[in-house]
Amino acid sequence: MIRRVGWLAVIVTRGFRSRGADRDPRLPPGQYDAGQAWPVLSAEVTPELTATDWTLRIDGLVTTPRTWTWDEAHALPRSEYRGDIHCVTGWSRFGTWFAGVDLDEFLTTASPLPEATHVLARSHTGYTTNLPLAELRSGRAWIAWEADGLPLTPEHGGPARLLVPGRYFWKSAKWITGLRLLDHDEPGFWEHNGYHNEGDPWHEERYAGE
Amino acid sequence: MPVSETFAVPPRLVPSNRAAAVFRPATLAGIRRETATMSTFRFAVPDWSGHLPGQHVMVRLTAADGYTAQRHYSLASTPGDTGHIELTVDRVPGGEVSGHLHTVAKPGDTVEIKGPLGGFFAWPGDRPALLLGGGSGVVPLMSMLRHRRETGSKVPLRLIISVRTRESLPYAGEFGPETTVVTTRTAGRLHAGHLASALAERPEGGWEAYVCGSNGFAEHASRLLVAAGQPRDRVRIERFG
Repeated sequence: MIRRVGWLAVIVTRGFRSRGADRDPRLPPGQYDAGQAWPVLSAEVTPELTATDWTLRIDGLVTTPRTWTWDEAHALPRSEYRGDIHCVTGWSRFGTWFAGVDLDEFLTTASPLPEATHVLARSHTGYTTNLPLAELRSGRAWIAWEADGLPLTPEHGGPARLLVPGRYFWKSAKWITGLRLLDHDEPGFWEHNGYHNEGDPWHEERYAGE
Repeated sequence: MPVSETFAVPPRLVPSNRAAAVFRPATLAGIRRETATMSTFRFAVPDWSGHLPGQHVMVRLTAADGYTAQRHYSLASTPGDTGHIELTVDRVPGGEVSGHLHTVAKPGDTVEIKGPLGGFFAWPGDRPALLLGGGSGVVPLMSMLRHRRETGSKVPLRLIISVRTRESLPYAGEFGPETTVVTTRTAGRLHAGHLASALAERPEGGWEAYVCGSNGFAEHASRLLVAAGQPRDRVRIERFG
């Protein structure tokens, strides 16, 4: 059956019942509530990375390139995010509680040059993902090592991952090892593999071409 | 582990998403029961532009008031099945889309399909493929096996499937000597011994490993592979949440 909603033709699936009235306003379009489940999605073998091995480097277009060890990063002021996360595969998780350090703490020390506009984040596995620098500033991104009060498990990116809750979660690189500041945008792993460059859940930017 | 930046598995191909980025109508042409919880749904998609084994689609259902639900499903059929696609869907308790497909949908119904999606897990048929599937994780691997048979390819392929019981194995009767089935209720969990003979074959160029299943299965199977010497950058994983 083809039904018109405004000027749009919509194909209605016979017998499919709306859960529209129950739909949580916290859900971006096309997402469903995963409840307490936290699915694991990564295309690679989970690395055996310990806190001793873990480092975070910020370089590229910064005044002071710098590498932090686990202990140095933990000496910075603790910061928390309590809120929702959204995966491009369709699930959302409400009220997830992460702890770590606000990314601004690291960026301020490294001091981005005025021409820096974008960031390429990379993992200890070699995975990469790109973001506008502005999306990582002003309390919108973290280096997180705890989730729901427990150390982040390897499958979820432990010992530490990037956390950018404003974007689909493939942008929140697991096993984060570095951020390179650039004066141009450089697509990362999934952005090269068919995903949308921006990944804003509220605009449903899932795939290239959308 | 020695931390390096060379682990990232290189992409196989960069799919063109121009055709894939729009939803188009797909008409349910038939339903085949596979197991107590799995059925294969065959859809006619007249303008289907083809896919590679291992890719998936997004299925969208729309209610009369405009409410929609969408989920990703792996393609079970082959690129050679012109104008049609098949999805084998496991019925998830409380599943909004799988529940509808299993209990309400009937031939003639129309849903919407976006795809094919995902180039990372695709197998173009070029390299020797070692396939490890847990439960419904066998679905994209079946597309690979069927594709190899259909095209008469001689590229080495081995399929190892882990299921609880024989009754929970879909595609009964379709497996040949390339396939090993491990029934975990009787034989116990997949272990290194199950992989040993395939890994010992060492085909020219080495195996490209494809692991698909629940996260628990994917973690376990991928660790077994790496422990047995399969390079990390030759392991591709697709996990079900």
